[in-house]
Amino acid sequence: MTYPCFRFLPACRFLPASLWAAFIIPISLFSPAALASAHEFILGNGLKLIVKEDHRSPVVISQIWYKAGSIDEVNGRTGVAHVLEHMMFKGTKKVPGGEFSRLIAAAGGRENAFTGQDYTAYFQQLHKSRLPLAMELESDRMRNLVLTEEEFSKEIKVVMEERRLRTDDQARSLVHETLMATSYQSHPYRHPVIGWMNDLQNMTVEDARQWYERWYAPNNAVLVVVGDVVPRQVFDLARKYYGQIKKAKSMLPLDQRKPQIEPQQLGIKRLTVKAPAQLPYVAMAYHAPSLRKPEKDWEPYALEMLAGVLDGNESARLNKVLVREQRVASTAGASYDSTARGPAAFYLDGTPSEGKTVVDVEAALRAEIEKLVREGVTEEELARVKAQVVAGHVFQLDSMFFQAMQIGQLESIGLSYRDVDVILRKLQAVTPEQVRDVAKKYLKDDNLTIAVLDPQPLEQKAPAAVPAGLRH
Amino acid sequence: MLRHLFFHLFFLLLGFYSQWAYATLPIQHWQADSGARVYFIESRDLPILDVSVDFSAGSSTDTPDKSGRAAMVLHLVNLGAGGLTEDQITKGFADVGAQVGAHFDQDRAGITLRTLSSARERSRALELFGKVIQHPEFPGYVLEREKARVIAGLKEADTKPGNIADRALMKMLYGTHPYGLRGSGEVESVSKLGRQDLVDFHRFRYTAGDAVVSIMGDVSRDEAAAIAESLTRDLSRERRGQSTPEVTPPAPGTQQIAHPATQSHIQLAYPGLRRDDPDYFPLIVGNHILGGGGFTSRLMEEIRQKRGLAYSVHSSFTPLKEEGPFEIALQTQKEQSEEALSITRKVLADFIAGGPTEKELIEAKKNIIGSFPLRIDSNKKILGYLAMIGFYDLPLTYLNDYVKAVSKVTLSQVTQAFQKRINPSGMVTVMVGLPDTSGK
Repeated sequence: MTYPCFRFLPACRFLPASLWAAFIIPISLFSPAALASAHEFILGNGLKLIVKEDHRSPVVISQIWYKAGSIDEVNGRTGVAHVLEHMMFKGTKKVPGGEFSRLIAAAGGRENAFTGQDYTAYFQQLHKSRLPLAMELESDRMRNLVLTEEEFSKEIKVVMEERRLRTDDQARSLVHETLMATSYQSHPYRHPVIGWMNDLQNMTVEDARQWYERWYAPNNAVLVVVGDVVPRQVFDLARKYYGQIKKAKSMLPLDQRKPQIEPQQLGIKRLTVKAPAQLPYVAMAYHAPSLRKPEKDWEPYALEMLAGVLDGNESARLNKVLVREQRVASTAGASYDSTARGPAAFYLDGTPSEGKTVVDVEAALRAEIEKLVREGVTEEELARVKAQVVAGHVFQLDSMFFQAMQIGQLESIGLSYRDVDVILRKLQAVTPEQVRDVAKKYLKDDNLTIAVLDPQPLEQKAPAAVPAGLRH
Repeated sequence: MLRHLFFHLFFLLLGFYSQWAYATLPIQHWQADSGARVYFIESRDLPILDVSVDFSAGSSTDTPDKSGRAAMVLHLVNLGAGGLTEDQITKGFADVGAQVGAHFDQDRAGITLRTLSSARERSRALELFGKVIQHPEFPGYVLEREKARVIAGLKEADTKPGNIADRALMKMLYGTHPYGLRGSGEVESVSKLGRQDLVDFHRFRYTAGDAVVSIMGDVSRDEAAAIAESLTRDLSRERRGQSTPEVTPPAPGTQQIAHPATQSHIQLAYPGLRRDDPDYFPLIVGNHILGGGGFTSRLMEEIRQKRGLAYSVHSSFTPLKEEGPFEIALQTQKEQSEEALSITRKVLADFIAGGPTEKELIEAKKNIIGSFPLRIDSNKKILGYLAMIGFYDLPLTYLNDYVKAVSKVTLSQVTQAFQKRINPSGMVTVMVGLPDTSGK
């Protein structure tokens, strides 16, 4: 339940759904076929380049991933990773002001950026002949960003508006934010990617500068290029544009950063969020392991399958039982994402149907878990989830953007794009017993935090309609 | 490879952009025996088949007392059909990894299928898909349950400032015109929908005569023809079409609605574009400059870049059969909502009075034309265009013509089109979430 923050979304009305679809990519969609032709290069300064050919269309996507996300932030400076992402569009000496965006636009390109818990990434999509321009601009701002007080003071206001829009005024976002802040008591995943409002209010351009200087260097970045390109030529371009940048000597590789292991939870945690809304809502988070050693681990794969058995399709257990049969909930869901630099969590959530309460929904969710632990899952259910996995792999090949996202997400958390073969094989090998075992081991009360939305009335005053024309 | 499908053509764009190669898509088009119009592109790159079946069954076919009916029909087609229960259908699709989706707007209701193209998966998915399109049963118990869920969703939506603004804005913009009806309906109208309403609507609106079947992917022309036939042969052959009334200019005005949120949601609207509009390209290109072109647009520059007033601000045209909405939307903290609104109005008024600059026009055209290949770089995107071209009966060369038409747009065309079509002092405006001082 991480919400990567975008610098810009042209259609905010559709933001929650599109974000969910685009960025909470279940690992079960990774495709070996998609990555069969990927090529890896390392520049002398430590920049890793991964190129994947897709010649269906004369276009290319170039993404640069920095291994710096909200997980790397410290107290009092939450949100700085994302604020810096916004500031990265404010210009360099060579390309001042909004020139970056203008040049990409004039080249027929699209661009954007996003910040997550584990990474910050920037991308351009354009005609393949314009890849050099994207590389020239992106490499320039890796080291030459000009950060001014004036620009910062405006952009921090934009970020605060973004926080208001996406969190403060969204009841369920507040629930998720508080759930994370409660489930984790020490790990930095307790802080929202967008940052706490008070930290944003007190952030300075110096905070942004320090962040930039610390993390923005070739030896903390992975460049992913997917499209109608020749790998060797992309490598030559990367050398030309990125090759001159000096590596940062003091850069901490991922395995040398503080582990910040979350202490063992010692009992169930419960919390309530009051916010303007109509429907109550309950969300449950169980601590769970994330994928560390793709070849050796088995639990994360079993947890992926568990999520699929519970919520992989409309006839999966939660929707079938809670929504269709018992009608205790109008929505019910389960999710788990094994790919994270830090710990993972297994989520359940639900909205009570008319006349039912969050207590009813919680009880129904728990009953499904208990049943699963007691009776296990069927081969048929598991086969269905696996069929969806296989098809999902193939479908993903239709999008260059997703292909690049897969590579970048894996690389930026310390895994390799090559692990996808292993991941698929291990997902296919999960047994019903393993699904039952992980449910039993992780979906237990001592691991659990439960958040409830207590909807508050709007106390809406009568609309003050103004006569036609008066306000113009 | 997609590009094996393309035949490349070169053309000059006012001299500023000559090196690009543009491609057009080899769309095959025919009428099935059932009467359905078929649009097909064969693409063997990926073992995927995408299908969309579209009908004149959007929300504008609803009436105020049946508002939400068209959406409910679309929602229920795969929850019981052809003698199969909703569980049998979802499991059937899931077992072969197929995905069913939907498209719904004021004009159109479309059902989409994405499946692996391998024989076993494809034939099972298509068999189910055919039942869903042609033989939905609308079981009473499913309808009652789904009505309750939709109503819960409507009540929830009616607490969210963005939704409240949308709904009020469309009412002001369209009045009693059916484009003013909310797609998902209203609590009262949805609660009254009965099974027979859905059965009748499906029979009347989901006809082969009106159906557009779009097929993209890994099948031959013969296979595509068989697929189109099998998905529509059991439907009525009637060709009903749809006569949507003309849109008239709204009564201008501003509606202010209190809300406890920290931000005001500000939206402005005016009747905009028809699909076959003679001013289509000047308005599209002009809007790119005004507020559709992301970071390089005027609204973005004035509201966000210069003043930090909002995270998101944009303007858009939604072309429909009749004039779809031209909208501007932004959100800002309440205390500065009056300032943000007055700047927005000024940017719009200045743009309409003075038009864009030559430089703005050139840059907008460079972006729209240069980014054209990105619009057709996946099967899914191409399927969307096939369905649109088919539904609105646009020429098969539409995508190719698009680039040419954009390149020909002149400064005076943009200025004149905006002056003729958008009256900045005639806009309807909604503000949800008011500064304390104006919460009177």
